[in-house]
This record gives sequence, structure tokens and C-alpha cells, in this order.
Amino acid sequence: MKKVSLEMGSGGKLMRDFIAEKLLPTFSNSILNELHDSAFLPGDLAFTTDSYTVDPIFFPGGDIGTLCVNGTINDLVVSGARPEYLSLALIIEEGLEFELLEKILKSIKRTASLNSVRIVTGDTKVVPQGQGDKIFINTAGLGRILKKPRPEKIKPGDKLIVTGSIGEHGLAIMLARNDFRMFSGIKSDCAPLLFLLPLWEKGALWMRDITRGGLATVLSELTEKINYPLLVEEANIPMSSKLQGAVEILGIDPLYLACEGRALIVAPEDQAEHLLKIIKKHPLGKTAAIIGQVEDKIGKKGEALLRSISGGLRLLEPLTSELLPRIC
Amino acid sequence: MCLAIPGKVISLEGNGTGKVKYLGSTVLANFSLIPDLKVGDWVIVHAGFAISKLDQKEARRTLKLFKEMEKLSAIE
Amino acid sequence: MISKKSQTFALNNWRSRETVGKLLELIASRTRFLKTPVKIMEVCGTHTMTLHRFGLKPLLKQVGVEMISGPGCPVCITPDYFHEAIIDLITSQSNLIVCTFGDMTRVPTPKGALQTVVPKKGSKLQIVYSPEEALELARENPEKEIIFFGAGFETTIPGITFTAKKAFQEKLSNFSLLTAFWLIPPALEAIINSQELAISGFIYPGHVSVIIGEKPYSFVAQKYGLPGAIAGFEPADVLLGIASVVKQLKDNKPEVDNVYKRVVRPEGNTQALTLMSEMLEEVDADWRGLGVIPRSGLQLKPVYAQFDARRRYGLKLLPGKITASGCRCGDVIKGLISPQECPLFARVCQPDNPKGPCMVSYEGACLIEYKYSSGAKR
Repeated sequence: MKKVSLEMGSGGKLMRDFIAEKLLPTFSNSILNELHDSAFLPGDLAFTTDSYTVDPIFFPGGDIGTLCVNGTINDLVVSGARPEYLSLALIIEEGLEFELLEKILKSIKRTASLNSVRIVTGDTKVVPQGQGDKIFINTAGLGRILKKPRPEKIKPGDKLIVTGSIGEHGLAIMLARNDFRMFSGIKSDCAPLLFLLPLWEKGALWMRDITRGGLATVLSELTEKINYPLLVEEANIPMSSKLQGAVEILGIDPLYLACEGRALIVAPEDQAEHLLKIIKKHPLGKTAAIIGQVEDKIGKKGEALLRSISGGLRLLEPLTSELLPRIC
Repeated sequence: MCLAIPGKVISLEGNGTGKVKYLGSTVLANFSLIPDLKVGDWVIVHAGFAISKLDQKEARRTLKLFKEMEKLSAIE
Repeated sequence: MISKKSQTFALNNWRSRETVGKLLELIASRTRFLKTPVKIMEVCGTHTMTLHRFGLKPLLKQVGVEMISGPGCPVCITPDYFHEAIIDLITSQSNLIVCTFGDMTRVPTPKGALQTVVPKKGSKLQIVYSPEEALELARENPEKEIIFFGAGFETTIPGITFTAKKAFQEKLSNFSLLTAFWLIPPALEAIINSQELAISGFIYPGHVSVIIGEKPYSFVAQKYGLPGAIAGFEPADVLLGIASVVKQLKDNKPEVDNVYKRVVRPEGNTQALTLMSEMLEEVDADWRGLGVIPRSGLQLKPVYAQFDARRRYGLKLLPGKITASGCRCGDVIKGLISPQECPLFARVCQPDNPKGPCMVSYEGACLIEYKYSSGAKR
């Protein structure tokens, strides 16, 4: 009998195939089939949901509480909507210390308040010890659409902007589970992307928050929405030297490390510099950069190409399996 | 089979180990395969073991070679 | 990458477009005297990784050099039955901690992959960066049995062996190694002798050479007249090595040219070599794809048998059937065919459903070809 594997939830190709082959056909309808980060409902509403099972629940730079609010807010922001309401469902493992639970609830409250989002409904369940890993959280978010993404308007020459240095959440979590005797001081980049909302009225065509699977996966997803290849310059990708050191020691490709407070934005060619300036004015956008563009001279439709620092080209594929350190 | 990085020894921790810094990250490495390491030496670290000390004179010589590359191509 | 430190360190020196461009020109100035494409084998998987990560292979093709990936991938050449033995242990014994390097866990076998089998209650799999982490676990968990499962070439062998030495000195009773230790020079000779290749020269693995030095490769130049260079792993390093090989071809002066002198000493790492000869003995070894090569492997000497998981647990490591019919990993490893020429490549064998180790290991030629080459499978 076929069994569900961990890989199916990893955010990579296996998960996307599962969604495409099992979930979509089962629940197919006109709203779902559009497959945006949020669903667009009548009445100019955007609606999204996400579940949070992160281990460990406390990590440098955040915890499952900050994550479960920022993650869902960000899904609404990159869909062109201002987040307004959240639902909060808690599944708590019997035996979780109250002190830890309170810390998490405080994080949720603080993060929601900071972003003017109200938690208006919720649910609490407790499962017997051993049947849930300390705490799982689901949040669903409702927002008001300011402007819908317009991927159909994307054309060659349009620029790709990354709003900040990549990979920090993924690495922080990896090292929090096993530090591999490394000291890097890397903190998760978990953060809300509300400061990007004004860009929708200023010409931004498409956005996606970079989460599991990293920048390379999001670039691959973009190629599925447009008719042109993408070309990214490795030298322009913002990355902290701490992170670069850590990934080269462990042998991990940073383009696949998760972020939780970064977005990829497609900006029209003539507005890219202006949009970049706006992003960089915000504390969370200081390391933003134009990393590449939509192409029509190199590559084929459906390809995300990276030009390395050395000048050679390589193809970026979506994440296929869990990132592991290597020695070779 | 050879993934390793050139890092700077920033401390000796006793017990044959020390800390090596590479591009802003630090890793604890075993120094038993390289005797007489000092703070400030550069080493190659593979799977948590320092396996070689970097010869800085040689490194500089190779870098100089890159600068003179055009002359080399012309001679050929 | 934008960080200032990395810019000054790497960009201007070993990775920059400028340096790489100059080295390609140098190579071109030499290959114009030769019949192209000149086929050169890079033995080490980390070299394969550099070539693909920086997009160097197409650039090299333009200057008349075609790189063939050799057997330098320990995961690729370790037979299934090692993994199956560990899988049997972890699913049947209840107080084991099996430690291993990341990509060892994804190799598919008829019994599944180490990463996806469910350990018996009380046992677990722990992925580590250094074998010393396994030693620490043994010290901290005296009630558990710790097995470090590691495949490696001469770069990794000393570090893993060191943990056995420490365990011996500390009289640890709950620590052992399941090792698949492979030696590069005998494999090189086996490849040269297979007479099925058109390889003109070799790029020798820089960090294996850190351990073994320059001499072990001299037979390639002296006995077989083939050129070679010991190279490091930055783009400029690999290209320096290739530039040396094509010069040796042009001048018809095959030798072992060390172009990684900043790290590789002619005599190797004597400390590491002493440790290896103290603790290990040569054995015949069965390489996936290459078959049994005499005296091409190492294992712990009988006096250290209690730290050898093979003997401690009475493991039967015997050749079984090939993982998947049609799998041509062996020929890929020998440089006989490119990944694209394997009938299973990209159709049946893919990264999320690999049929052989070449699609599993991060440095496996097939996985790299799949991930990094434009239009690989469409």
C-alpha cells in the first residue's frame, strides 16, 4: 500500500505534483483553479490559509507564533491585498509547558497588532502526548484587494527584484535542529511584508513570498506563469557573508533555502529603479536588489537561468528533495 | 568527495580542536591531523577536520599568475 | 553575492569572470594545436560540482575541451548492500543511533532508502557534518549503540578513522563504524585499463591529494603516458588544471603537475597517512560499475574489530541484484556514456524518484546533468 512520505510536504516537486494530481482535480472550481497565493473572492476579497508545523518552535529570530501570523499576512500582501482578519486554530500536544504556550500566544498577539490585523475566530484542540509535535497552528487570512497581480502583462525587459538577503530562515532552522558545531549567529528573516503594499499602485506586476524551496523554486514557479525565460545574475543576489560561509562549509545551495520575510517582485522595466528605491527606504528592504530580468535573447520559455559569478550559465530547477549537508 | 573550505584559525580550544572562521561563519574543527597550528593560520577544513595548512606564499604566487595571464597566452 | 567580504575574497580571485575569461583564452591558445574536443576526465565529484555550479562546461566546450565525469562520488560507487545492511539494522534493533552524511540517506535500494525507512522504536537516524558528532553521541548516550556509516575517499578516510582511534583510546564500548573506504589510484588504473575510453588526460582530486601527495599518480604519466594535473576547486583552480593538461598534451610531456601547491604538499599529509597505516589495511573492494578492483579499499585492522560494525554485527555484505534493470550508472561513472545516453535518464529516473546513485548524490553526474543543463529532458 502506498504511504504518504515526508517529502510530500516539503514544498518541492513531489508536493506540487500531489496538489496537481490529487487535490486540484478533487476540488476543482473556477476560484481554486487560478492557484494564486490567495483565492480571489467576490466583493474584492482575498482569502488564504497556511499551517505551521515548524521544528523547533523557538528559533533565532522568531518562533511559531511570529511565523504563523507573518506567513499568512505575506500570502495576502503578495496577492495584492491588505490583510485585515485572521483565524487561529491551535492543535496542542498534551504536556506542552504553559510558559511556552504563553510565549507563543504573546508572539501572535504582538505580530498581529504590529500589522493591524485582528484575530476574529479560532479553535483549540489538545491531542494526547506523542500524537502532535508540541504545537501545530493553522491560520487563515482575509484581506481587501488593492490591485490584483497582472502576470499576463509581464514582458521581456521587466526586472526581477528580491526584497532582501536570502536563505536566513532556512539556515537558522537547520542549525537550530543540529548546529553541526557551527557558530554563525544567523537569525531567521521572518518578517511581515506589509511595506510592499504601496508598490501595487506604483506598477508592480507580480509578487511571491519566498518560502520553502527558496528563491530558485519561486523563479521556477514564475516561469510557469509567463511565456518567457528568466535570467538572473548570481553576483546581484543579496546574501550575507555569514550565510555564504555557512552554506559553503555545509555544501548547501543557498538558492533553495527558505525565507520567511522576503519577496520576489516583477517590476516593469521603466519603473524598476523607482520601486527598488521605495523598498530600500524601509528597514526590512535595505538589502533589496534587482537580480535579473525577463529574457527574450537567451534561453527557452519555462527556463530560469542563472549566470554565475564566473560568467557561465546554469538552469535553476524547483526544489526536488530536502536540503542536506554534504561532504563532497 | 572533496568539499572543503579555507578558513582562518581564530582560537585553539584544547583537546586537539579549534575554531575556524570562513566568510563570517565559524566552525569547530579537529586539528589532530595538522600539528602545531596557531591562531592566524589558514587551514582547509573537510567534514570537521583540518587537513592542510594554506601556504600563503603559494596562494599569492598563483594570484600573481592570474594577473599575468595575458602574457602567457601571447607566448603560446 | 553582494556581501563585501565575499567580493574581495572570492570574486576578485578565484571565481571572477575576468580570471575565468583569461584562463579560457589560455586554454584556447593551446587547444588550437590539438585535435578537439580534447576529452579530459575530472575524477572528483566536487570538481564536477564546480564545473556545473559555475556553468563552466559549455564555456570549456567552446575552447575545445570536453569534461568527462569519473568515479569520484563515494555514494555513487558504494554498492546497495551496504545501505541494505544498515537498513536491516536500524529497522530491527531498538537502541541504535545511526549517524551518516546527508546524501548517503537517499540512495534507493530494493529495501528502500535510509531516509525513508521507519527505524524500530528506540532507534534513530542522525545526519551529521563531522564523524566526531557520532563520537560525541556515543559518549553522551552510553545506553545506546552508535554506528557511524560513512563512505569516502582518502580525503575523508583519516577523519573517520580518527574517531575509531579515539574510541579505542577511550575504551568506548558502544561505538562502531560501517565504512566503505575507496582508494583513487587503483580506480584510475582500472579505468585506464578498461580500454573503452578516449580520455586524453586527468584532473586529479585536490583534497584527496592533500592526503596522499603527488607520487601515487605518477604511474599514470610514466606507465601510460597520460597527462594530469592536481587541481583545487574554485573555477580558476579547475581551469588552471585543464590549462596544464592541454599544455602537457601539446608538448607531449605527460607528468603529474600540481597546480594546487598552496594546499597540496608533494609528500601529502604524513600525520593522516600514519594514522591510516596504523589503523587500516588494504582490501580488494567491489566498486559499483567498475567491479572488484584489487587492493582498492581499506578497512579496520583485526585488532580494532570491535569498532568495525561489519564484524561487530556480523553483517553480510554480498553483491545482490542490480538496483534497476536498465540502470547504466556503471558506464556513466566510467565516462563511457553521458547521463543523457542512459535509457532511464529523466524518463524513469529522476531526482525525486532515483533509480541509481548517480541521480541521488549531489555530485552524481546524472543529478547534476538533470539540474543544471538547459533543456536536459524536455
